[in-house]
Amino acid sequence: MKKLLILGAGTAGTMMANKMRNNLERDEWDITIVDQYKTHYYQPGFLFIPFGMYTKKDVIKPKSDFFPVGVNVIFSKIDKILPKENQVLLDGGTVLKYDYLIIATGTRTAPEEVDGLKDKLWYKDIFDFYTIEGATALASYFKTWKGGNLVVNIAELPYKCPVAPLEFVFFADAFFTERGMRDKVKIIYVTPMSGAFTKPRATKMLGDLLDQKNIEIIPDFNIMEVNNDEKKIVDYGGTEVPFDCLVSIPTNMGDDMIARSGLGDDMNFVPTDKHTLQQKDYENIFVIGDASNIPTSKAGSVAHFSSEILEENLMCAIEGRPFTASFDGHANCYIETGYGKGTLIDFNYDTEPLPGSFPFPGVGPFGLLKVSRMNHYGKLLFRWMYWHILLKGKEMPIDSEMQMAGKKL
Amino acid sequence: MAIKTIAGVNVDVNEEGYMTDASQWNKEIAAGIAAEEGVELTDQHFELIDWIRNKVAVGDSLTIRAIGKSGIVDAKQFYKMFPGAPLKKATKIAGVPKPTSCI
Repeated sequence: MKKLLILGAGTAGTMMANKMRNNLERDEWDITIVDQYKTHYYQPGFLFIPFGMYTKKDVIKPKSDFFPVGVNVIFSKIDKILPKENQVLLDGGTVLKYDYLIIATGTRTAPEEVDGLKDKLWYKDIFDFYTIEGATALASYFKTWKGGNLVVNIAELPYKCPVAPLEFVFFADAFFTERGMRDKVKIIYVTPMSGAFTKPRATKMLGDLLDQKNIEIIPDFNIMEVNNDEKKIVDYGGTEVPFDCLVSIPTNMGDDMIARSGLGDDMNFVPTDKHTLQQKDYENIFVIGDASNIPTSKAGSVAHFSSEILEENLMCAIEGRPFTASFDGHANCYIETGYGKGTLIDFNYDTEPLPGSFPFPGVGPFGLLKVSRMNHYGKLLFRWMYWHILLKGKEMPIDSEMQMAGKKL
Repeated sequence: MAIKTIAGVNVDVNEEGYMTDASQWNKEIAAGIAAEEGVELTDQHFELIDWIRNKVAVGDSLTIRAIGKSGIVDAKQFYKMFPGAPLKKATKIAGVPKPTSCI
């Protein structure tokens, strides 16, 4: 029996298990998936928790609900990959051999990377919302918060779901307005980027939205430390921003197991060919989702689009053919803007987010770089599609390759 | 694309003033760009610029984190050497493309 081993049973790993079990003959190929946790989190839902729109039960399901029949599931921590030996060591000494390996171990928040962040104010006046613990702690905090400076800071690039911090401040604006205390809350968006986003048109559109909602932006801020005693964040250039409540998007790092295996860059992301998704040094290792270093968003939509590319290329590798699929970096993000409305961006390695309609040219129903109620419904509907279609590796009604039709240059 | 005269030499630059042909770069041009950016170059600047050019030549991405681990400067010193926007200024002076943040 040949062996396909998948490390990580998050969004990307689960999709690949489903897709590859469909492709590979059961009597020829063993498929094994390994993860240390038994709970699958719907991570796009974390954003809604601090504002009381979702609770923990809305974003969790057992991982085992999403694995296909005929896949071996191992719940264990991973010690390391031995790429030269085609082996993976698990905690406790189990050795797994593989013919092909898919790394899908994702990224984690690493608050310890910024001095003073995970210190005495952590989960008292300083929170993150990229973990279930942080999001639920912040929800309780906001229930009784009296107002002041609400500072939202992105520590470092790259970070998961690049639009989520913007959605967070849009939601905060609406949340405190609806509670009749917006005049007591100053919302400040502090980012290492030069503006609200990276690409020109989206930056302009989203920057204008921040302005309309009376949200201050402090760009080019690279955080050096959090001063817990004086409640302020300080950047390397000396700029200081005082906070009453700090919501941090901490540094994102790949899994420590990647470092132990000697397969990571300085942030533990795995060097990966951005088109073929093959690991740079080993022909039988492929990388998908947030674990790779490919230059596009760390986001579920990217994992989803690239899963179709990886499925095709892995079959090419297995059957000894040249690769036929090439990933274009396609990302697609619904952006909540508050008050039941949202906007949408669609882009890839080469094309910045452009205005237009999506997915059907001229029809929509979603508007690109426009604020509409329909875009918000798209995001809510997506949770159902995520659980029922996407994770199971079934076809979604969106092309994996970005389309220019419907976009205005 | 445009052509700009720096230190008496015509070089190709993009709309933001970043050089587009790394082979046209030399130390005099670096000093010329640095002067426009309000930076006076020391030996340590040139040591770091060499490091940056080598990194870019082999296709590595440049980040403040990586420069802080270069062994030449830490992040705080890097800010002192190129005040304001260190990564943007340092790459411009080094004659390499402006680092793109990939999100």
